[in-house]
Amino acid sequence: MSGYVVNTPSEQKEMLQTMGMESLDDLYVSVPEEARLKELHIPEGKSEFEVSRDMQSKADKNMVYKHIFRGAGAYNHYIHAIVKSITSKEEFLTAYTPYQAEISQGVLQSIFEYQTQMCELTGLDVSNASVYDGAVAAAEAIFMVQERKRSDVLIADTINPQIRTVIETYCESRNVNLITVKSNQLSMNLDDLKEKLNDTVAGVLVQSPNFYGIIEDVPAISALAHEHKAKVIMHTNPIALAVLKNARECNADICVAEGQPLGLPLGYGGPYLGIMTATKDMMRKLPGRIVGETTDHNGNRAYVLTLQAREQHIRREKASSNICSNEALCAMTASVYCAAVGPKGLKQVACNSASNAHYLASELKKIEGFELVSDKEFFNEFLMTCPVNPNTLIKKLSLRGILGGLPVGDNILWCCTEMNTKQEMDQLVNTIKEVL
Amino acid sequence: MLNYPTELKYTKTHEWVKEEDGIFTIGLSDYAQDALGDIVFVNLPEVDDEVTAGETFSDVESVKAVSDVYSPVTGKVVEINEELLDNPAAINEDCYNAWLIKVADVTDTEELLDAEAYEQVCKEEE
Amino acid sequence: MKLLFERSKTDRAMNLIPPCEVECVSFDDSLLRKEPLRLPEISETDLSRHYKELAKQTHGVNDGFYPLGSCTMKYNPKIDEEIASLSGFTGIHPLQPEESVQGALEVLYETKQLLDEITGMDDMTFQPAAGAHGEYTGLLLIRKYHQSRNDTERVNIIVPDSAHGTNPASAVMAGFKVINVPSNPQGGVDLDELRKAVGPDTAGLMLTNPNTLGLFDPNILEITKIIHEAGGLCYYDGANLNAIMGRVRPGDMGFDCVHLNLHKTFGTPHGGGGPGSGPVGCKAFLKDFLPSPIVMKKEDGTYFFKTPEKTMGQVRSFYGNFLVVVKALTYIKSLGREGIIEASSNAVLNANYLMNRLKEYYDLPYDEICMHEFVLSLEKLKHETGVSAMDIAKGSLDYGIHPPTMYFPLIVHEALMFEPTETESRETLDEAAEIFIKLRKMADEDPEYLHQAPHNCMIGRPDEVTAARKPVLRYSFENE
Repeated sequence: MSGYVVNTPSEQKEMLQTMGMESLDDLYVSVPEEARLKELHIPEGKSEFEVSRDMQSKADKNMVYKHIFRGAGAYNHYIHAIVKSITSKEEFLTAYTPYQAEISQGVLQSIFEYQTQMCELTGLDVSNASVYDGAVAAAEAIFMVQERKRSDVLIADTINPQIRTVIETYCESRNVNLITVKSNQLSMNLDDLKEKLNDTVAGVLVQSPNFYGIIEDVPAISALAHEHKAKVIMHTNPIALAVLKNARECNADICVAEGQPLGLPLGYGGPYLGIMTATKDMMRKLPGRIVGETTDHNGNRAYVLTLQAREQHIRREKASSNICSNEALCAMTASVYCAAVGPKGLKQVACNSASNAHYLASELKKIEGFELVSDKEFFNEFLMTCPVNPNTLIKKLSLRGILGGLPVGDNILWCCTEMNTKQEMDQLVNTIKEVL
Repeated sequence: MLNYPTELKYTKTHEWVKEEDGIFTIGLSDYAQDALGDIVFVNLPEVDDEVTAGETFSDVESVKAVSDVYSPVTGKVVEINEELLDNPAAINEDCYNAWLIKVADVTDTEELLDAEAYEQVCKEEE
Repeated sequence: MKLLFERSKTDRAMNLIPPCEVECVSFDDSLLRKEPLRLPEISETDLSRHYKELAKQTHGVNDGFYPLGSCTMKYNPKIDEEIASLSGFTGIHPLQPEESVQGALEVLYETKQLLDEITGMDDMTFQPAAGAHGEYTGLLLIRKYHQSRNDTERVNIIVPDSAHGTNPASAVMAGFKVINVPSNPQGGVDLDELRKAVGPDTAGLMLTNPNTLGLFDPNILEITKIIHEAGGLCYYDGANLNAIMGRVRPGDMGFDCVHLNLHKTFGTPHGGGGPGSGPVGCKAFLKDFLPSPIVMKKEDGTYFFKTPEKTMGQVRSFYGNFLVVVKALTYIKSLGREGIIEASSNAVLNANYLMNRLKEYYDLPYDEICMHEFVLSLEKLKHETGVSAMDIAKGSLDYGIHPPTMYFPLIVHEALMFEPTETESRETLDEAAEIFIKLRKMADEDPEYLHQAPHNCMIGRPDEVTAARKPVLRYSFENE
């Protein structure tokens, strides 16, 4: 017996007998004989000790780099001990969606706090309780702006290609006509945007800082889009918002982000966190769960899942999104992270990450063949030329325990966070000089 | 006691209609608001939208349900009751003043019932 | 209880980040944020206590019986958490070179092998992050399949009226029209109605079996045959797989693709609403349409990613909720062949045991052997005493029980849906039965007390009407 079943075989037998049954097989009389499985071909159950060894050996086969200079959608930030300590509390870990408010105030309040923090970060009025990740958040945002008479959505070609692919997959079945806006110097070409904007455009999606780390001129993009009553969706890095203009200051209507930098480990890509906030007039178009404040019948402050008539369990085929389970624990993680670092700490994380990236760029530039592809302002990532095959260089760095930037064509997309010390960056530069 | 004013016409799907100078005002009947319970939001069409007799043009939300509202007439929306967007409770409080939309250029109507016949429909549904 | 923001005091923040070692970047003023950033400033002590307090106000699986129907609230093993927090899994970047993450690929590959065998499928993606996300992905597989054959008339997805709300919502998202078919008096799919519903416009069927009434549809082979003969494909909603794993496989029932809820059937925790994981398996003829990338194994034993030939694209970034997959693999390895069957059989046994203890006291609309869950109807009780399913559910809160699912499925009025799971003891079931019997008696004796329940929770029933009419969705700072 290796499972987590509590009742012993003799207890099971007694329970069956109370119902006039002999064996567990009697419970499955409604399963047609010819469909029944004769034998399940998987290994026998193992003891915890054996399973632990087996899984540990898999973990050991992965290379955990000490020096990471790669981002491109997943960022290596410091996670404080308290974040893990709080989010591993078994009440938070094991509870279901807080449908029963009377015994779920803890989860509900934490989501309310998360929503408030995301509104503060992005500057917009309302937040949902999260979606699966930043890419899905972008796709869901496109459905929020879609209108009967407006089916075109303009999308910057400087967006992370994975987000782009997810959006394309989502839009194929939803009658959204995606139109790419060209770029210039790795940022959106505003002339091309002007040309493509008209009154059939529902919205414009731009990522800033974009895939190449460049800070896009979102205020200018918003001004152009709003002339045609098109909505603006800003995809961003939440850390950047501590120092750079937030979505309100950029006049965006919807803000979406990958929340992973806020306290979630790299974790080979997930679980991550899709952040979505919007202006008040778009509140009822937000997908997924939303927590609201109210009172109980004694007048005590209380939190509940609200605006539920938007959702699939009530609206069924008329729901605008099918999302049910979300990333609640990741949202709580982001909330604890934001509270732990506070406003000054988050600014410092943002500032250190950007400063390190600028330092690394200036040091790499000193090596022949390393040049910035664009001279536009960047945040904590930057695209640089590489005098040799980038994959060859990255492989050589890997042998020295360094995860270099991401090869993008003939170039390399480098990334820094507050985790990269000056010594580490200098060592990277020296190593490159050695192996070139 | 539910109330069915005799000056109005009704549909079997529980909307009321009042015609004045070619403008059709449409709302939800007392039976409908009572069955729905506390209404928390009303999704209204936009001015200039076309509505079709027998087809849905709006839905009303209670906390854990959403119900379609069907148009008794075919025509063009000339006015919506924006007050309901902020105060959907008005439908529960006074459903015959809390109209939803006004429709003009009417070319077709559903079968409309007078108060007596409609009251009978409601009794049968119970 | 205070909010984080109400505990905030200027400069009380923790000191966690060292100062910058290099020259501090100075962005052009036009790029800078001017709005104040009002995140809480809070000491570590206060932060710890804040969440300790919130944890006390949260009912988790270890706080008491949790028979929430359709949610499979089984015990979440501790070892799974420990393994998923190994730095070899948490510390790897999703864009690392394949040769540096062979262990991660092995996790995905092995889990795929095991779940393919359990479901009777041939290939699988782990990209979907939740059950509904899996449904959507599975429906896109069906869409791509018909498109690849230029069979573009197939626009209808058939969904029984007892289905989860996500089914019709997912079908519409995937570009289909929903055709509802009614249930027969035994709670299964009405075969005559199904035959009438299918045709050259049928793209497929979405079905969960056992269905949301907790009943295994004995006509399942006929159902999938009707769909196949009409040219449609069959999608299995794996939400209720916990009843049948190791006993009967979706693939052997005639299903072509399936999603699983690792956070239900395979023991990973629900996290207060997520993260889950909703892998999608399919038969060989659909695998070329799966989202990219799919993990493969070379003859030399190494693993690599491949883009399926006619891939639908991607439904999420990277490879899905990887760390949840790690937990599920740990779980499946622990249970193994006999443990899987033991788990499903005991989930069914516990449900039947509790159902039999309660059916003398409450109406059981479908009095048959149930699978992992069963549904009571309190319609008559409400008529006679005024006490509703909601009242009984709220009454159970005062006894430390998480209520069963209320008002679902929609085809049963005043429904209460119980799913006890296999990780509960007979004593727990007996205690719960006594409590629900007591509540039933109270409905006769003191209905008003139940209307006002719960009486012993942190809050009484919240005013959901005001919450929805006048939404307050964030904290307002005092000076606003």
